[in-house]
Parts: sequence; C-alpha cells; structure tokens
Amino acid sequence: MPYIPLEDHLPGITGLLEYSKETAQPIRELTQILLRGPSTLTEGERELIATVVSYRNQCKFCATAHTAAADILLGEKETAEKVKQNIDTAPVSNKMKALLTIASQVQVSGKTVTAEAIQKAKSEGATDLEIHDTVLIAALFCLYNRYVDGLATVTPDAPEFYQGLGERLKQHGYNRLPQGYDHLKK
Amino acid sequence: MPHINLGNDLPGMRGLMAFSPATAEPMNLLAEILLRSNDGLTPTERELIGTHVSYLNDCFFCQHAHAAIACHYLNSDKELVDDVRENPAAANISNKLKALLNIAALVQNGGKYVTPEAVAKAKQEGATDKDIHDTVLIAAMFCMANRYVDGLGAITPTDLSTYPPRAKQVAENGYGNHIFSAKQPTAQ
Repeated sequence: MPYIPLEDHLPGITGLLEYSKETAQPIRELTQILLRGPSTLTEGERELIATVVSYRNQCKFCATAHTAAADILLGEKETAEKVKQNIDTAPVSNKMKALLTIASQVQVSGKTVTAEAIQKAKSEGATDLEIHDTVLIAALFCLYNRYVDGLATVTPDAPEFYQGLGERLKQHGYNRLPQGYDHLKK
Repeated sequence: MPHINLGNDLPGMRGLMAFSPATAEPMNLLAEILLRSNDGLTPTERELIGTHVSYLNDCFFCQHAHAAIACHYLNSDKELVDDVRENPAAANISNKLKALLNIAALVQNGGKYVTPEAVAKAKQEGATDKDIHDTVLIAAMFCMANRYVDGLGAITPTDLSTYPPRAKQVAENGYGNHIFSAKQPTAQ
C-alpha cells in the first residue's frame, strides 16, 4: 500500500504525477525532451536505456512499463529482453552497447562511470550529445525508480496494463493527457 | 576534466546546464519548486536533505554547493550544516527532520529500502503526507543530479571559498537558467 494517499485507478508513477501536478510538469517536460525530443538516438533506443536502468534498480513498475514502450517502438520483444539480461550479447549496435554500458554505470553511481567506457562509446561513433543524453536519461530514471518505489506505489501484475501504458507512451509521449485520467476509473 | 566537451568552463551542474539549456530549464523549475517552497518543509530543511543525499552519494560539488546554500539560509551556521550533512542523527535538529533525513538516506540506497517503520516514525514526529512526498522526491532528484554531475565528470572546484558566492546567488534569485547565463559570482 502506498505511503501517501494516491488514487486507486492510477498505479506506479501515474498516481504520483497526479498527486503532485506542480512537480509533475517539469518532470514530464524533462522526460519528453530526453525520450521524445529531436535526437540522433531513436525513441526505441532511448526507451532501452530507461529499461536497463529501471531493471537494474529492480523497479518492476518502471522496468515493465518501459519494456512495453520499447517493444512497441521497436516492433519486437527480443531486444528489450536481451539488453536486460546481457548488454554485451544483445542484438544492438556496438554504439548502443557502449551507451547502455555507460547507463548501467550511472545506475550504480556517477563516480562509477569510467573514462574507458566513455572512450569506447566515442570510438564506436557516439557523439558528446549522445553521451550527455545517455547519462541524463539514466540519472532521470534513478529519480523515477526511487520516487515510484520509495513511496511504495502499486505495481499491477496484469500484462495488459503495461501494454496499454506502453501504447499511451507511444501515442502521447510523456505529456499529461489534456482530458486527465478519469476515464481510466473502473 | 569533463568526459565530453562542454564548450564552457563553468563548475559542476552549471557547466552541464550551459551545455544543454533545454533540459536545464525543467530541471531548474523542478529544483525551484522542491527546494524553495515554504509549504510544509522550509527551504533550509529542503537544502539540508539535498546536502545529506549528495554527501551519501559522495558528490563533492553538490554536497558543498547545497551545504553553502543551507548555510546562507542559516546565517552561516556552518557547524550545524556540517553535522547534518555527515550525521543527521546526532545533529541539533528536530526529531521530525531527523526522521525525514532517515527516509532520504534510505531513498539514496534505493526506493525499495524505504520501510513502513521509517515512514511511520516520520508521521509520528509530525510529518505530513506532503512532507514525506517532498522528502522522497528531493532525495530522488539529488540521486539524479549527483549522477549527472559525476557521471559526466563535471568540473569540481576544490577551493571551498568559491561555493558561498554562488550559494548567495541561488539564495537570492532562486534556481533558473540565470545560474549559468548570468555573470558568475566570485568572492569579494
């Protein structure tokens, strides 16, 4: 049960963003820029970064939601599953492997990021901006994962819930729906 | 030296925000709401939470930058700020703030480390739901900021006398893109 009163029909992060709309607005905006804004990384690649970090933070809600978003954007379910299990052997480019490795270091802490990991990403063609965005996306999900689990929000079990959330993230990105979320009430 | 070419020599978070002003804007807005609000927790208490989490994350720039802001609010009571930064349980602060700093420390470890007992303790000491929400989100925000700063190897001044002038700028003008676009304050 959540530590603070959240609406029953809004599990995980969704209830927190409605509980505190004032802080939700810049959090949504930052996420929209990083995961959906103009970038040389695809939306699917950026969702993979979010997925790997959430998975390693053992945040089931976020890991499952962003796996669903990545699966929908990539059009297959194999890649997201494999990057969670092993970055080095996953079916992604060498550049993505290097960026996901940096993200996995950021998940541990900022100081864990090594010059070698940065160098490897650069030698595989990653730009300074791609490295910047990777570090900030990984850091942002260290915020989200702590926010979601630190307040003990509800984690649904039903796969259909995450499929629906993933579709919403593809359709609307991270912006608040103009009509709100009352239509989700059962 | 930073891991990427930032195109500026500003310290810590400021250099990163100058490199990426588009993401800096919502980050500063979030900091302004969470750290400058007087609704429930005071700005001083909010900065102390950020300072302690940054200390636990071993982020030199952030812990000293936010300690200096807290110190500014506390009329230069550096001893109290240092006590809270390193060991809040023994510091001369309210039991409520101690209980909230304990929650913040658990969040620093990971969201799942927060226990119902730690939350119950804070409520028993008078913390409201909003205080608990804000504490968790402030701690989580610093887990982002500390990783951003150290993960990109941002420039970290080791001369502690350079922190108070920048702290005064934030204390007087709040968080916003002015912290990197305006002339950098230096000691008198």
